Amino acid sequence: MNLLLTIVLDGLIEASWLFVVALGLTLVFGVLKILNIAHGSFYALGAYVAASVVTTTAAHHLPPAIGFVAMLLSVALVAAAIGALLERGLLKMFYGRDEVVLLLVTYAVFLILEDVTKLIWGVNPIYATQPYELFGNVDVAGLSYVGYDLMLIPVAAAIGLAVWFGLNRTVLGKIVLAVIHNEEMSVSMGVRVNRVYAAAFAFGVLLAAIAGALTAPKISMQPGLSSDVIILSFAIVVIGGLGSVEGAAVGAVLVGLARAAAVHLMPEVELFMIYLIMAAVLMVRPEGLFKRETARRI
Amino acid sequence: MTAVLSARKLNKRFGAVVAADDLSLDIAAGQKVSLIGANGAGKTTFVNLATGYLKPDSGSIALDGTDIGRRSPRSVARLGISRSFQIPQLFVDLTAVENLAVAIAGARSEALSLRAPAEAGGRREQAVEFLDRFGLAGQADRPIFELAGGVRKLVDIAMALARRPKLLLLDEPTSGVSAEEKFATMDRVIHAVAPDAATIVFVEHDMEIVSRYADRVVAFYSGRIIADGAPGSVLGDPDVRRYVTGGLR
Amino acid sequence: MQRRFHPLVLIVPVIAAALLGRLLPTWTLSLATVAASNALVALGIVILARTGNVSFGQGLFFAAGGYGVALVANASGLTDAVAQMLIGGIASGLLGLLIGPLIARYSGIFFGMLTLALSMVFYGALLKSSALGGSDGFNVGRPTLFGMVFADPREADFMLYAVAVATTGLAGIAAAILFRSEFGLVSLAVRENNLRVEYLGLSANRVIAVNFAIAATFAGASGAFALMAQRHIDPQFAYWTTSGEFVFIAVLAGYQSVAAVYVASLALELVRSFSNLYLPNTWQLVLGIFLLAVILFLPRGIGSLWAGSARKSAEPAAATPAADGGGVP
Repeated sequence: MNLLLTIVLDGLIEASWLFVVALGLTLVFGVLKILNIAHGSFYALGAYVAASVVTTTAAHHLPPAIGFVAMLLSVALVAAAIGALLERGLLKMFYGRDEVVLLLVTYAVFLILEDVTKLIWGVNPIYATQPYELFGNVDVAGLSYVGYDLMLIPVAAAIGLAVWFGLNRTVLGKIVLAVIHNEEMSVSMGVRVNRVYAAAFAFGVLLAAIAGALTAPKISMQPGLSSDVIILSFAIVVIGGLGSVEGAAVGAVLVGLARAAAVHLMPEVELFMIYLIMAAVLMVRPEGLFKRETARRI
Repeated sequence: MTAVLSARKLNKRFGAVVAADDLSLDIAAGQKVSLIGANGAGKTTFVNLATGYLKPDSGSIALDGTDIGRRSPRSVARLGISRSFQIPQLFVDLTAVENLAVAIAGARSEALSLRAPAEAGGRREQAVEFLDRFGLAGQADRPIFELAGGVRKLVDIAMALARRPKLLLLDEPTSGVSAEEKFATMDRVIHAVAPDAATIVFVEHDMEIVSRYADRVVAFYSGRIIADGAPGSVLGDPDVRRYVTGGLR
Repeated sequence: MQRRFHPLVLIVPVIAAALLGRLLPTWTLSLATVAASNALVALGIVILARTGNVSFGQGLFFAAGGYGVALVANASGLTDAVAQMLIGGIASGLLGLLIGPLIARYSGIFFGMLTLALSMVFYGALLKSSALGGSDGFNVGRPTLFGMVFADPREADFMLYAVAVATTGLAGIAAAILFRSEFGLVSLAVRENNLRVEYLGLSANRVIAVNFAIAATFAGASGAFALMAQRHIDPQFAYWTTSGEFVFIAVLAGYQSVAAVYVASLALELVRSFSNLYLPNTWQLVLGIFLLAVILFLPRGIGSLWAGSARKSAEPAAATPAADGGGVP
């Protein structure tokens, strides 16, 4: 029983940050039809920036709570700014060309950001554990969990609900959905698609960066972070369905639980099982578990 | 009458749309049959069913006695049905000759050569000969993207001919061709295909073309055949006037 | 793309290039060996890309070839370089023949994603496999050639260089012949309009599967070379960034010229070496910018500089042209 609870909790904690990253990736694909290989780079960027902010606030003897908030705010700002710049300054130049071209462009951005991160923060591992103690330890049915980890679950859920609500219940959200479903029609209805693109991309990478910031206190920041994260979040998005918010949630939970189960029960299969599921989904139901209904075009 | 193509009680629905409704049709060898009907009447669905692109919900369709209802387009092509397309389906980056060379490669029974070029062994001459029948020998080495729509249409038909099929299905062969050119184009097409395709079925909207070139007309409406016979009688049929030709041309 | 001479004539320059190694300094030798080996994988990707399908997971075959040879070498004491190359190629080729038909029916982006997923499955399995050394991998001994042992590192490097260049060169000649062949033309047709190919009585899936098996074979042989050069194998061979590098070279080269693949691979290695020399941790930055520049200014790849073909497509090999006027009936 304890094992089951451990797996479920570990899985959900893992799923939390995975979901936030995957959500960003799937949104960017849904709106801009871009598979952003550099998405993981923004996760890493968020983690590194968070680490710097936390280290700086700690050096100034500010309480960890302030550091935590400061880190989230600065990461959000930095990511959104860079994201918007990237989309308007670079990606825009390649719109209208084949989807694989944009994939290669984001791959180039990934390569560039890899080295930029190394140049700014160096190649040695960096830590920023101060916020990790913010929520103490929590006892769950006899198991001791770090409060910070458990906190991630409701935070991720809140972000998911907020995005879902924003998309489905607000006017702005409906406009974004319109662009997702039928861009041509949206343009002819007067939607400023350029703005939607820039905003969606900035928001998407912001989510990746926030996820990075949230996990920064738990991990070590080093080169290779972005390449691990992008491939994992890509698997989640494929499983859940490209462009689907619900899919990202289901995919993340599935992958999180699978990882947790594997780690505790059969460590050898941990990684390859996830990609096996991805391959299986691609072969059997390529649209993913949550097919985005596309309108019939005359 | 030896039926080349024989359809029995074909049914095909797309949701609420009935594209084929208990359709039965026999096409005899040597006939030139025109399929007419308004958009959505079921003509193209019939062509798709006859070429393996669609599978019937129920009913059967056979070529020379061999059932083709469940086969793939490739399999049906190999059995002897070729088709051309309303919107030309070509290899746009390749030249006209190369397009024909691919068609000829498909018509051969040997496996594709990994060494010898597609145009070797007399196949270039074959390809050019097919193009020449349509007056396109001069365009042989021009890439498709440089060629006008009407020319592309003809290349599309030429490719369907490469297999020397038992049954040739032409989907709106003169659509996109200007009014003055229609007869000339159709003349050329019929002349070009005659040596290699004994039986021709063509979907057409232009009734002048229909009356001039078909020896049998089959009219479609709502997935059913509402008239079938000589052009004169079918085109004069009141139902056909009401559902197909009335108001058009 | 009509050549005035038969590709087989190129055997002479290939042999010359191999012998040239005698004169090259050691650092150039290893650089050139890596470039030749990478070019081999990229060549396979280009061959497959001509059907409109880009494999983002050649790391699978690269690693399969490498691990296969490493296991055989350690178990049987086999060290001959040519034998190792052949084993790597055949092992991966068979794997490719197995997998190809299963994935050939998936188009464009799904095909790419599937190849990526399969390579990561392999990576995951290798990483956690203690029998194969897990993330550390394992080492192998020095290669020999036709019974000759090369104690002097310079001789050993030259031998490997010569075998790699000769193999890649011959593969390039074979590719050039393939491009001009009937099969090559039909491969291009599959990329343009695979539905029409089916309607003409040809199997697009079979064409794709054969091209896929060829690409797998090349990647496997290359894996053997990488193994022999590093005398070490690890799961990184199958990681997505490894596959990505091979695609990078293929995109840089374009899909029209075999020679461009060598140029592109050499360019990659030169950039990597020189930027590491002058400014550590910048080679990826430079490559990223380089890639952007190529996509912007040379969308058909380096090969378009001299292939001079009138082919209209302005997209890299990966792109599938939009059907004229939408799908069929």
